[in-house]
Amino acid sequence: MSMDLFGRDWDVLVAGGGNAALCAAITARRAGARVLVVEAAPKFYRGGNTRHTRNMRVAHDHPNEVLTGPYPEDEFWEDLLRVTGGNTDEQLARFTLAQSKELWDYMSSLGVRFQPSLTGSLSLGRTNAFFLGGGKSLMNALYRTAEAEGVAVVYDAEVTAVEIEGAAFRAAEVTHDGQARRVPARAFVAAAGGFEANIEWLEEYWGPAARNFRIRGTPYNRGSLLRTLLDAGAQQVGEPDQCHAVAIDARAPQFDGGIATRLDCIVFGMVVNREAERFYDEGEDFWPKRYAIWGRLVAAQPEQEAYAIIDSRSIELFMPSIFPAIEAGSIEEMAGKLDLPPDRLRATWEAFNAAVRPGDFDPATLDGCRTEGLTPEKTNWARTIEQPPFHAYPLRPGITFTYLGVKVDREARVQRASGGAYDNIYAAGEIMAGNVLGKGYLAGIGMTIGSVFGRLAGQGASSHVA
Amino acid sequence: MSPEAVTPAEAAAAHARPLDQLLRGPELAEAARIMTICNACRYCEGLCAVFPAMEMRRDFAAGDLRHLANLCHACGACYHDCQYAPPHEFGVNVPKTLEALRPRAYADHAWPRALAPMFDRNGPKIIALTAISVAVFLFAFMAFADPGVMFGVVEGPGAFYAIMPHNVMAGLFGAAFLWAILAFLMGFRNYWRDVEGGLGPRLGRGPDLAALAAGGHDAGRLKNLHGGGMGCFNEDDQPTDSRRLLHHLTFYGFLACLASTTCATAMHYFLGWEAPYSWGSAPVLLGFFGGSAMTVGAVGLARARMKREGALTDPAGGMHAAFTHSLAAVGATGIALLLLRSTPAMGTLLALHLGVVFAFFVAAPYGKFVHGLYRYLALVRHAQETRTHH
Ligand SMILES: Cc1cc2nc3c(=O)[nH]c(=O)nc-3n(C[C@H](O)[C@H](O)[C@H](O)COP(=O)(O)OP(=O)(O)OC[C@H]3O[C@@H](n4cnc5c(N)ncnc54)[C@H](O)[C@@H]3O)c2cc1C
Ligand code: SF4
Ligand code: SF4
Repeated sequence: MSMDLFGRDWDVLVAGGGNAALCAAITARRAGARVLVVEAAPKFYRGGNTRHTRNMRVAHDHPNEVLTGPYPEDEFWEDLLRVTGGNTDEQLARFTLAQSKELWDYMSSLGVRFQPSLTGSLSLGRTNAFFLGGGKSLMNALYRTAEAEGVAVVYDAEVTAVEIEGAAFRAAEVTHDGQARRVPARAFVAAAGGFEANIEWLEEYWGPAARNFRIRGTPYNRGSLLRTLLDAGAQQVGEPDQCHAVAIDARAPQFDGGIATRLDCIVFGMVVNREAERFYDEGEDFWPKRYAIWGRLVAAQPEQEAYAIIDSRSIELFMPSIFPAIEAGSIEEMAGKLDLPPDRLRATWEAFNAAVRPGDFDPATLDGCRTEGLTPEKTNWARTIEQPPFHAYPLRPGITFTYLGVKVDREARVQRASGGAYDNIYAAGEIMAGNVLGKGYLAGIGMTIGSVFGRLAGQGASSHVA
Repeated sequence: MSPEAVTPAEAAAAHARPLDQLLRGPELAEAARIMTICNACRYCEGLCAVFPAMEMRRDFAAGDLRHLANLCHACGACYHDCQYAPPHEFGVNVPKTLEALRPRAYADHAWPRALAPMFDRNGPKIIALTAISVAVFLFAFMAFADPGVMFGVVEGPGAFYAIMPHNVMAGLFGAAFLWAILAFLMGFRNYWRDVEGGLGPRLGRGPDLAALAAGGHDAGRLKNLHGGGMGCFNEDDQPTDSRRLLHHLTFYGFLACLASTTCATAMHYFLGWEAPYSWGSAPVLLGFFGGSAMTVGAVGLARARMKREGALTDPAGGMHAAFTHSLAAVGATGIALLLLRSTPAMGTLLALHLGVVFAFFVAAPYGKFVHGLYRYLALVRHAQETRTHH
């Protein structure tokens, strides 16, 4: 059946099957185009990393039944400027944030439902709209809408090459069931995510350490389309060695462990590497502001592994995690269980406990409970680790996404390295997010960029209807 | 967190748990595994009461899991919405896991304990019980009633009682009904204590009025059979509201039948009016519309169940069919009796109807009937826990 589909006359071919791809597909379809979506993953894994998301950040001037207060465009812009350190295209970024105001209504029109913010992230209740049932629910809604409105979808279908004449896309090679098919179309939307699941590609920048990384999202985002487009002459944005990396439970599967493998305990204990040495201030700032630097910190440690150790007083203070804590009645027993040098761990632990200054411990504020005389110091929430049972969680870097992408304009048109835009090639989502977010991260902005540019790409692509 | 809440340190000391709080058996172990994943994820928080109730716990003892199983209305939303559902290696399937646990939970709370095994291979047992009950009524009617009355045309007030004296009927059914009520109340007590002994918020008392009302509100609207507003899932990944509608028909039809009987009893004792009643009377109207709604609803639910996506149901599920079919049988025989009460079939139909109804009430505490009661109590408990927790 899918074989015949490839032979039909398509206006718009969409590569990818996540939020950006489906926004583009439905928008183009609503404008009258005949649209084919090719998704590299099988049906269950459709929706790439979008499956793992839970909210999107939208500017709005008035609170509503879900968003607890106004979040003006300017504030959004300042937040973005802060996290990217200016590594953004101001015009494009401001345009994106202005467009984000329409996303609530737009996404609702695509069948997406929202809910009040989750218990674990109440602080985002004003700025972020949470998807009822999470990202997979959102994807299901988008696919239902797409199929009901006549968008054709083929799973297990990967774009493996593109045919470009001058500035014009002619056809793509789609590999399905082990066979390569030529699929011509009047316009092409590239919405196939980043390359974070391509370990060999990551190794080019990280060396063999990349083999110890955990990839938090789909194994299907291997960047094959990104590479194809860059090789074909598309202009690059973002640095290839940049990626969003957090510290997650080392016991997570290599791919697709998603949100449940997150660990929030680091600020409440001490973190040591395989040599049983501390290496960074665990209490530098609130966890939501620091979790994204810990991926890199752990990646720099021997064997890319570290261990957060807390005592029994702290175990209620963070979100429960998927894997059980490793428990021990004494620090030597803990060293044995974690396979760390016992003398070194004892020395680090004793030095840590001895350096803790008295203070009023308060997880809700930067409480200034600190150590004195250590390198590095712990500057907040420092309490002695003394009440057994001790609990430990092993940590590994968890890669969320990569920043490398293709350059686009405010119509989502892909730019050529040689100057100017392609006539009929558009990009949306992770594959172009680096235009707006060159560095750092702002919770929920990935989905915002995907929806804004997915919609633009759909509009643009539908203008090529025969 | 409330001051009475159990600390995870206590929770971790699993060996310190009372025997009945240990995670014994594959159903409890799997439910604990799944709830641990869900509690780290929480994406389904907005779908129903199960997830907020789960979040009030960090670790799960048997009582907690039995509570969560009863809270689940099997709408299926969290299965379709789960990024960790099979074939993902985490293999999270909340509806199926909690469905597999429910009959175990019913058995664990059953009173008297000796009857708990009724929940094993429940379907055949309920069918056998119903058949025996019908046979006994038929046999007794034929043995004791005047054949002219049993197989002739009898009309007017007291016609039923010519076959079975009213006092005998009232005594027998009153006893069956009271037995069921007693078993329910004892089951409730077991349930409440069980959850109280878990690792969630300790209430330290029984249900209060506000919680009883809140639970009634949620149960009456089937708020949780709704995927948080999306609808509920059955044969595929399209949410609809059909099961919710069918359930409303069944449940409110059942209530109307109960009201019909209550009304008739009151008319008999307080007004001295004897059944059969005329077509325009309250018992007949309530019985007719209630019985019809219940029959249509129960047959619809049974069919929906047959079409239900295999991934959502526990294969050992004979309990459901036995229940929906009993409901349909109660309704259908009642309506048939009403329509044919002036024909020679009346005696046989009366035996059939009474046999089915008798078995229904006697078996009610030991079959799927209890799902509604425990689910209601779970909603009550949830309302009360939520209030205490915050
Ligand atoms: C655990 C986790 C949680 C996250 N939470 C959030 C959040 O709450 N809010 C937020 O804004 N962002 C979040 N993100 C980031 C977010 O996932 C992305 O920004 C967003 O999903 C990108 O959407 P997309 O459509 O571009 O890519 P994806 O949703 O990843 O879709 C890309 C699709 O392309 C397909 N594909 C790949 N190569 C090809 C090819 N050659 N041909 C055809 N198809 C191909 C893949 O199979 C995949 O389905 C999270 C990421 C992770 C990993
Ligand atoms: S069912 Fe799946 S998506 Fe929902 S809370 Fe559980 S793990 Fe998360
Ligand atoms: S009621 Fe629905 S959403 Fe809630 S646990 Fe049960 S199946 Fe999942």
